[in-house]
Amino acid sequence: MNYVEETYDIVVIGAGHAGCEAGLAAARLGLETIVFTVSMDSVAMMPCNPNIGGSSKGHLVREIDALGGQMGINIDKTFIQSKMLNPSKGPAVHSLRAQADKARYSLEMRKTLQNTPHLTLRQAEVSELLVSDGKVVGVKTYSGAKYKCTAVVLCTGVYLKSRCLYGNVIEYTGPNGLKAANHLSDSLIKNGIRLRRFKTGTPARMDGKTIDFSKLEPQYGDQPIVPFSFTTDPASIQKEQVKCYLTYTNEETHNIIRAHLDESPIYGGVIEGIGPRYCPSIEDKVVKFSDKTRHQVFLEPEGLDTNEVYVDGMSSSMPEYVQYQMYRTVPGLEHARIVRNAYAIEYDCLEPNQLLPSLEFKEIHGLFSGGQFNGSSGYEEAAAQGLIAGINAARMIQGKEALVLDRSQAYIGVLIDDLVTKNNPEPYRMMTSRAEYRLLLRQDNADLRLTRIGHEIGLISDERYEKFLKKKKLIEDEIERVQSIHFGGTESVQKFLEEHGSTPLKKSVSFADLVCRPELNYDLVSELSPSDTELSADVREQVNIQIKYRGYIEREEKQVKEFKKLEEKKIPQALDYDLVPSLRIEARQKLKEVKPVNIGQASRISGVSPADISVLLIYLKSGKYLENQH
Amino acid sequence: MSDTIAAISTGMSDAGIGVIRISGDQALSIADSVFDGADLTKCKPNTVHYGHLVDVDHGEIVDEVYALVFHGPKSYTREDIVEFDCHGGMRVLRDALSLIYRAGARPAEAGEFTKRAFLNGRIDLSQSESVMDLIHSRTSFERKVSLSHLNGNLSKRIHDLRDRILHEAAFLEAALDDPEHYSLEGYPKELDQKVKNCMDEIHAMLSSYQQGSLLKNGIRTAIVGRPNVGKSSLLNLLSGKDRAIVTDIPGTTRDVLEEEILLNDIPLLMMDTAGIHETDDLVEKIGVKRSLEALKNADLVLFLIDGSRPLSEEDLSILSEIPSVPTLILFTKSDLKTCVDREQLKDALANRQNYRILEVNCHDEETVSILSKEIQDLFLLGNLQNPDQYLISNDRQKYDMEEAEKSLGLVRKSIEDQMSEDFYTSDLMDAYRYLGYVIGEEVEDDLVDKVFSDFCMGK
Repeated sequence: MNYVEETYDIVVIGAGHAGCEAGLAAARLGLETIVFTVSMDSVAMMPCNPNIGGSSKGHLVREIDALGGQMGINIDKTFIQSKMLNPSKGPAVHSLRAQADKARYSLEMRKTLQNTPHLTLRQAEVSELLVSDGKVVGVKTYSGAKYKCTAVVLCTGVYLKSRCLYGNVIEYTGPNGLKAANHLSDSLIKNGIRLRRFKTGTPARMDGKTIDFSKLEPQYGDQPIVPFSFTTDPASIQKEQVKCYLTYTNEETHNIIRAHLDESPIYGGVIEGIGPRYCPSIEDKVVKFSDKTRHQVFLEPEGLDTNEVYVDGMSSSMPEYVQYQMYRTVPGLEHARIVRNAYAIEYDCLEPNQLLPSLEFKEIHGLFSGGQFNGSSGYEEAAAQGLIAGINAARMIQGKEALVLDRSQAYIGVLIDDLVTKNNPEPYRMMTSRAEYRLLLRQDNADLRLTRIGHEIGLISDERYEKFLKKKKLIEDEIERVQSIHFGGTESVQKFLEEHGSTPLKKSVSFADLVCRPELNYDLVSELSPSDTELSADVREQVNIQIKYRGYIEREEKQVKEFKKLEEKKIPQALDYDLVPSLRIEARQKLKEVKPVNIGQASRISGVSPADISVLLIYLKSGKYLENQH
Repeated sequence: MSDTIAAISTGMSDAGIGVIRISGDQALSIADSVFDGADLTKCKPNTVHYGHLVDVDHGEIVDEVYALVFHGPKSYTREDIVEFDCHGGMRVLRDALSLIYRAGARPAEAGEFTKRAFLNGRIDLSQSESVMDLIHSRTSFERKVSLSHLNGNLSKRIHDLRDRILHEAAFLEAALDDPEHYSLEGYPKELDQKVKNCMDEIHAMLSSYQQGSLLKNGIRTAIVGRPNVGKSSLLNLLSGKDRAIVTDIPGTTRDVLEEEILLNDIPLLMMDTAGIHETDDLVEKIGVKRSLEALKNADLVLFLIDGSRPLSEEDLSILSEIPSVPTLILFTKSDLKTCVDREQLKDALANRQNYRILEVNCHDEETVSILSKEIQDLFLLGNLQNPDQYLISNDRQKYDMEEAEKSLGLVRKSIEDQMSEDFYTSDLMDAYRYLGYVIGEEVEDDLVDKVFSDFCMGK
């Protein structure tokens, strides 16, 4: 039976990490929003690794936070261990990672959604997309209810026609045995949307009381703990942390895997989906790095109220009996009991070049898409897209210009540009190497980069913005002071330098010059000339980084200037590439497929050469283009 | 925001006047900083101002000029533009241009003014095509040469360098993303050596440019020696009407005289010939002072010694002023009995390289071919037929190669400063990009440049 249940501005399909951000952003911007989930018990569920952040993903979380998203706040409330990765490297690759209490993370997020005005959370499977005249008009659930709306955000994650596999066992479910969504795919295809199959996987969870931790290397959290969210007071989250443990696979493990490789559905050819190169299963690692005699395995607790332990580094789709054998070769796991099997999961996802950089479909007005369904991998990547899709769905309804961050502004910009431009052939994982302007896009300055934008959009309160401006001013003032103060070779200065293994002064130098010396930093040098105002740790960190790495930062800023020139040259969406003379055939096809919004994006499409771009530029400027317009 | 570019916009040959064009956000202030006359930053647009180009660092007037001021968008590029109408000698123009570069402009790439006009929406395709056609007809030969470069040596070597740089950057990134499986232990030292090798190769290619450039623009030659040693005679011999193209350029603001002489196809730019003409007959002091001035800028020195008399203190004192550039030491009056003590001379030359000692007769026609052969040898010009020597053929390529070299230098600096490995890639990739510009294979920010790469410099 079909009936109209209700009317909303925005329908979000899915309540995973993308769906939660999309729903919260839309509702907070004042739009009536409903978020559908296949199970009320799986809101913001973490079906794979029990952590948030990590290399480059930590950057994403900080950016989400600076734009007014929820992920950073939620993990600050529910983490059980926190660590800054790569502390010995440069600030561009420092990344925060927190172990989450999975259950609490999920509950806390559900609570936030349920307490947000204009937001309804509803358990139901959306089975049909309702489109009229190229515009979204609503959705229909499997139970037959119709929901009218102006915008839909697809955040279906890995649930569409998903199946889980290990050995020859195939279960037609979503992750963790949750119900798969088996109907929506057909409706999407009917509306002309191109789908493909991806796969990913997860390791087994072990019963903690059967693991012998005594012989393993414990991994501790940082002291003091640094929060993810710029709104979290660091003092409020200092607490006792759980330990993780490091252990290794060995030749025996690898021999077992090699001996049973043909029983893996991936190597045996059962799985048709393409897996992520950068998040490989233990089978992949053994095959790819055949000369390595061991691989790292981290044992990570999944929460405070469970004894389940996540075996990070050993995701697998081996048969159950092989899983037992291989896990038990690992020191510490000799007698471990499996609580949940490792499995691979295969699912329908989008060819994301059907999307504009706003994450709206090019061909269906009002339809947006975010998260793993777009071909990414990872909670943080999903949340980042969900946030942008939610914001832009709201802005579309409000008649505002879409928010598009470019590659020089945020990792989020890099992520989305890569997705919609490149149609990556495997699940896309964020990495610091994907960002060209890495030193500008640091996790420590995400607020300096994006808070203004978050405020303009309306997700950052005036109060928070004022506070941010104050911080910014403190940083700028202190940098100015540090540049203007000079030290001569006085006794105290020379003594200070000697104490820190630094060359004595021959002539007067600025405070900033001393900060730039490899063996010194801002905190040390400020002993010689402390600031009048008390400066917080994050302000001092900014002053240090911005002074110390100025040369590098300025060079990247110069590169950005060049980059922007091409980004600012827009290409009309209506451009008929068949009318552009002298384009090579491959380039013409690719351009027609992607329909880039500007010359910069066009230049990043593989198969489009510099010469093609020149031809395109000339055409756009030519009288011919204008003639063809008429 | 656009950076400010400058180039000589008139032909690369001596003419009555030469125009230097400066375009970009800083055009007015950069032009004003080298201009002694009206304040160009405050002048009304479309006005002409009389004044001087001044090298403040050296307290020298470089030329007497007219400055033409245009304000964007009503200009050729739609940016602020200043044009200096200079005197047409290439030497003067080059001096003026390098002054403007030092003041903050960068060399314009081929066709960059037109490219900017295009990018800034002032001209459409048909207009730019007509500009392009015009230029094609004049430079098709050079275009053929650069095309053969693209298919040949230069492109191969740049590809090779780019591949090697990219390989290192890729390894670094892989190691940063997957520290478990790729170790950076000891890598910085290894990278340093690899980067040094790349820099050495680029450096060698850049020096070949110098030779090509000498051949194109003339070898700046100073003739020095005591009075009455035969400088004037030698000059007259070399500039004999039947084989020389002589251009007299009486500078209006500096009383310097240059003469270009084609010596069996090798262009020599004889410096301060006025001084030479004068000093043989006139006041000795002025002559010496001028000779020293000419020496400072010389690519080649012809040092004349009277072979019929013993070496004097004065000879040795002149020798000590000669910079370490290729030098021909000529014993004149070889028709008379040679009295110079060669051993004594050799002692004085102990620390020098790249010189030849010859006996010449400044009145003998044969001297011309002897000298041309020696000069050819000194500058290795004998090999110039080999395209290997011609790798880099214009200022734009030279600039990009130098930038690539600089970026690689910054990588080495980071290694030396013990910066962590994640700092290396940005500069490595900068070098990669600049090398890409050289051969027009860089996708990112250089696309339109390629379209306009057929334009000549300064257009």
